[in-house]
Amino acid sequence: MEASLGIDIGSISTKGVILDNDNNILASTYLWTEGNPIKAVKKVLKDLERQIDKDVKVTSVGTTGSARKLIGTMLGATSIKNEITAHAIGTLSKYPNIKTILEIGGQDSKIILLDNGIVTDYAMNTLCAAGTGSFLSSQAKRLGLNVEDFGKIALTSKNPTNIAARCTVFAESDLVHKIQMGYKRNDIIAGLCYSVASNYLNNVGKGKKIEGPIIFQGGVSKNIGVKKAFEDLLHEDIIVDENGHLMGAIGSAILARKTGIKKEFNFKVKDANFETSGIECKGCPNHCEIIVVKKDDKILDSWGNRCDKGALKVKEQ
Amino acid sequence: MKQLVAFPQLGNYFNPIRKLITNTTHLKVIEMPKITKETIALGSKNSPDTVCVPFKYNIGNFIEALNKGATVLFQAGGGCRYRYYAEVQETILKDLGYNFTMYQIGEKDHVKFNDLYKIMLKLNPYLTRKKLIKEILNTLLYIYYLDKLDIYIRKRVGFEKNKNSFKKIKDDFIEKANKENSIIKLTRLYQKAKKELRKVKIDKPKEPLKVGIIGELYTSMEPFSNYELEKLLASFNIEIKRFTNLSYLLWQKKLMEWYMKLKIKKYCKYTLGADGLDNVYRVRWLKKHKYDGIIHIKPTGCTPEIGAMPIIMNIAKDLNMPIIFLSFDEQTGIEGLNTRIEAFYDLLKIKKEEENGSKSRN
Repeated sequence: MEASLGIDIGSISTKGVILDNDNNILASTYLWTEGNPIKAVKKVLKDLERQIDKDVKVTSVGTTGSARKLIGTMLGATSIKNEITAHAIGTLSKYPNIKTILEIGGQDSKIILLDNGIVTDYAMNTLCAAGTGSFLSSQAKRLGLNVEDFGKIALTSKNPTNIAARCTVFAESDLVHKIQMGYKRNDIIAGLCYSVASNYLNNVGKGKKIEGPIIFQGGVSKNIGVKKAFEDLLHEDIIVDENGHLMGAIGSAILARKTGIKKEFNFKVKDANFETSGIECKGCPNHCEIIVVKKDDKILDSWGNRCDKGALKVKEQ
Repeated sequence: MKQLVAFPQLGNYFNPIRKLITNTTHLKVIEMPKITKETIALGSKNSPDTVCVPFKYNIGNFIEALNKGATVLFQAGGGCRYRYYAEVQETILKDLGYNFTMYQIGEKDHVKFNDLYKIMLKLNPYLTRKKLIKEILNTLLYIYYLDKLDIYIRKRVGFEKNKNSFKKIKDDFIEKANKENSIIKLTRLYQKAKKELRKVKIDKPKEPLKVGIIGELYTSMEPFSNYELEKLLASFNIEIKRFTNLSYLLWQKKLMEWYMKLKIKKYCKYTLGADGLDNVYRVRWLKKHKYDGIIHIKPTGCTPEIGAMPIIMNIAKDLNMPIIFLSFDEQTGIEGLNTRIEAFYDLLKIKKEEENGSKSRN
């Protein structure tokens, strides 16, 4: 049986799926990137290989996420696509009528608007990590809680505390102030969830026409407190799919299959030795940082140079 | 001691401006290095943190020039905060201990001939008005030809068969034009370059994706400051239209302003400072000329463009025109830009295929 592999390597977590030709999930995995995308992908491959039958043949590979180029090179991917397109394609495969995708991940957040299955508009957060997962987890640490428990605690609150939603720095000092004032803990946590949602709508969703059906994805979508905050603010029902975190990986697997290029994928790649190194080109004062990827000491690919001088530098190495 | 002249880098315009200065004052102009990470590092270190990024690039350029021995600096100004650049930069550089004279051209939003003449007279007491007029005309023509070539190239560079074939012709034109002092010969060079450009082999589909770049002037014109956005777009086989160039800013803008205001009076009644109004008008223009999408670029904190953005969003929404907004600052990571442009390209491509599909179905 033919199948396609999709991997989504985010800053915080790495997701992998294997799909058959009817988009059924044969295997899936989800684990932390822990600052080492190569190692994380090797783990993902190991986990996926364990889940599938012997007769499944992976014939196309797609990557997405912030380390898509590195991992794409490593796996010889047929499709290396940005996460916006991948998420849209992945979500449409399951919800063809969806109109709005809200996505909040570890470091970035984005909104994708669709009409009749076509992306018509999108936006990503710029310059600022306000209202993303990392903000929530650092605040959880401050309160001495697991971020996973946030949602449940938030739902118990009847009167969420008002917390400044403009900017993480303001939100944080406001939060500290409210704790010291003696506000109830569950109210503060609910307030935090509201501040993430309204920050998102004020920044990423600014000027966008948000229409239902709406789906909420990304790591933060697992937090029911934030989901409820969105429902209250948008006055719409919000879908959270149990596989919401996998949509990017699913999309990239579909995109890889759609390229039509078939190339059998060998899981043995995970045993090869990959090494990356950064060289600083000294050809001019620009000092381009060139990334070189080596597989068992052979150069696979390099990128990052702005002129042809840099390419020569890599060959010399 | 002989004076050495320097002015900030801006795309290819170093060449015509240098020609004007050397021909009128007979002073040597420093061969400015291209902008690199080093330039922006120097600039950000010595600029106020919240100032818009062109200021930092300019400061970086000036410091590099002063280290090479520059004694006379030129800065322009007008439109927005740009008006104060010369004064603030002079103070910063003097505080750093450099010794130089700074001249500002066009501090009152437009350049007056007499003001320019007075400045040039300080550098060359024997300069006559007649000579200056001749050189100005020569320079304006040079700038005009450069811009014309660029407009031609932008339409086709995404489809060239042999990489850099357009760039070679343009570089060749610049090299020869630098040495040419007669208007007639300059025109001949231009015509020759244009003929060569026409001969370059391209592989252009019948209906390529067409994207317009609008926004703030410095980030539009200096490729380093927009991470070579045009090159990136060309690599996706996109035809590019960019409005802002020196010909536009120096004379076309003034002639067009009343017309632009008339055409978009539904959206704004007053000018917005710098190119704010122009950018609102351009959305309408691009829609009318069947462009597929718009990329709006600006430095972070650019006040006129921030004022124009909500209006641009409105007009783009009314006209159903896909648009993305990009802000540039001193950080040099390019991955974020790649992701956004790639996604925008996918959006435009699928939209276009869908529209063509429904057209052929009907």
